[in-house]
Amino acid sequence: MPPDFKSADFKAADGRPAIAVLPEPWRPAGVDIVTHLILLLGVVLFALPIWIVLMGSTHDSATIGRGEVPLLPGAHALENYATAWGKGNTQRAAVPVSTMMFNSAVMALLITVGKLVISIISAYAVAFFSFPGRMLFFWAIFITLMLPVEVRIFPTFQVVSDLGMVNTYQGLIIPLIASATATLLFRQFFLTIPDQLVEAAKIDGAGPLRFFKDVVLPLSSTNIAALFVILFVYGWNQYLWPLLVTTSSDVETIIIGIVKMIGAEADTQWNLVMATTVMALLPPVAVVILMQRWFVKGLTETEK
Amino acid sequence: MARLQLRGVRKSFGPVAVLHGVDLDVEDGEMIVIVGASGCGKSTLLRIVAGLETATAGRVYIGERDVTAVEPAKRDVAMVFQNYALYPHMSVYENMAYGLRIRGMASNLIEQRVQETAALLGIDQLLRRRPRELSGGQRQRVAMGRAIVREPKLFLFDEPLSNLDAKLRVQMRAEIRRLQRRLGVTSLFVTHDQVEAMTLGDRLVVMNAGTAAQIATPMQIWERPADTYVAGFIGSPAMNLLPAVLEAGGRSARLEATGLSLPFADGPRPGPAGRTLTLGIRPEHLSPGPGGLTAIVDLVEPLGSESVLHAHLADGTQIAARLQGSGYSEGTLGLITTPDALHVFDRASGLRLERSAPA
Repeated sequence: MPPDFKSADFKAADGRPAIAVLPEPWRPAGVDIVTHLILLLGVVLFALPIWIVLMGSTHDSATIGRGEVPLLPGAHALENYATAWGKGNTQRAAVPVSTMMFNSAVMALLITVGKLVISIISAYAVAFFSFPGRMLFFWAIFITLMLPVEVRIFPTFQVVSDLGMVNTYQGLIIPLIASATATLLFRQFFLTIPDQLVEAAKIDGAGPLRFFKDVVLPLSSTNIAALFVILFVYGWNQYLWPLLVTTSSDVETIIIGIVKMIGAEADTQWNLVMATTVMALLPPVAVVILMQRWFVKGLTETEK
Repeated sequence: MARLQLRGVRKSFGPVAVLHGVDLDVEDGEMIVIVGASGCGKSTLLRIVAGLETATAGRVYIGERDVTAVEPAKRDVAMVFQNYALYPHMSVYENMAYGLRIRGMASNLIEQRVQETAALLGIDQLLRRRPRELSGGQRQRVAMGRAIVREPKLFLFDEPLSNLDAKLRVQMRAEIRRLQRRLGVTSLFVTHDQVEAMTLGDRLVVMNAGTAAQIATPMQIWERPADTYVAGFIGSPAMNLLPAVLEAGGRSARLEATGLSLPFADGPRPGPAGRTLTLGIRPEHLSPGPGGLTAIVDLVEPLGSESVLHAHLADGTQIAARLQGSGYSEGTLGLITTPDALHVFDRASGLRLERSAPA
């Protein structure tokens, strides 16, 4: 049967329509069960791969090597995690996960902090001051939205390489710091700060820096938190740029590391790959969970 | 505590001239209310005094000091804004202390001053709260407190009562007036509300299209409006302005609408017979009676002890009357006035026409 999106085609087992948005008075008993089933299906779809990875990381390499997909915990968890954390892949000169995690953390944090600092300062300038060429600068920033890292990757690499920053943290981080998105978000937020508040501060005697520190920054805290989460995950998940600019294992990030570990199909130690993956998941998850309350607040409400 | 002087203050935003030269002298401790319709430049004038706008021409003196080019922070003024402009992330205490802290005052002195001011305004229970936890009236008080605590030379109020409900507005109005008298701080108060203006001001500045149409005490403005704009702006319902012509001898005028001749009580007006005039009669100076205007009443608004009648004359000229008592009905009604209630204006210029100097 060809796909057809008329609601009449969505039937529950008992033949009645199974759309959950039915008006309240007419709600057949099966609806609740069906909606919950759909929700459960969604949860399983999202959670199952993670569960498989989690379980896979607790078995020895032979189990997975035989093509089994274990759904229950095995007995090698500690061993796998310790090996990955301390040594990495045992079969070649691999980088231990601890080093890669450290590199990723440094990169993600510095990119995040750098982006936040630069964008909040430039947004402050663009939103609160009138100076010659203000709109020019604003549009220049705006236009860079059209030029993500992937588009300008070769010239950027050329510049970084000419500056001798290949295989360094600077080379890894600096080109990713400029952020039009964050600048624009902060600018939009700043424009919602009432003029009278600015004027009240002027009359109270607060200069521009003082106003920034005492009023703008505290008011932006939830926005900063929300952007911190988004940018940290962005930084942590960087792949293409680190792949290009790092060749030395000293500055290898965890995302690159995972890809390298998979390598040739035959000798991949899947148990270690999965342990590494689980560990790579943890920092972004931790950031999201820790900042969740602020994150949601920053996206949904403004304190004014 | 200081005098405020404005000398020929002009302001243009690009090609648009907003203020056309305003002169004003505010005495020490005086409360001046700047009143006018929206767009008359009253807020711009206040902002120029605050230093938030720069005058295109003219000078501003606060306490004999020329502050025309001085930054707002260094003018020693405090301002209460229409939407209060409290810092949302600071407590009431911090809101009030912020200006003092920036000025480098010792924190024990700040504490003392804030406590005193809060007690004065009855907000000492609220010092730990954030602005969003306060009602409109409480925010208003905090905004006042933030101004008072600074002990400035000049208070500036930019329509501070317009966000309050009617009852609270009346209450805060009286409170502002009492506080201002008690503290004796020279104050400028901008409003579009004529009742606020009449009740608050020692003197009023009635602004019209970027000029000060009249600067005088509320009663002077009510009794002797300088032109037809002021006459129509102050008073509720607005003064009836009726076209008329001067009669020979200058001692009376004939209404164009009805041909009724009205004598002037205080003396002749200059000019030839037939000079075009505008006669002003306040609605409260009309009373029912024969031999005057014949009005066709089309709406009666009973207000309890008195009634407002909206009517028109035979030729369609709108007229309003505020009469004692109630029980009026729609239909034809004779209205009379007394000669001393007449305001005479030149029709071309709109200016008040005084009696000619005794020869």
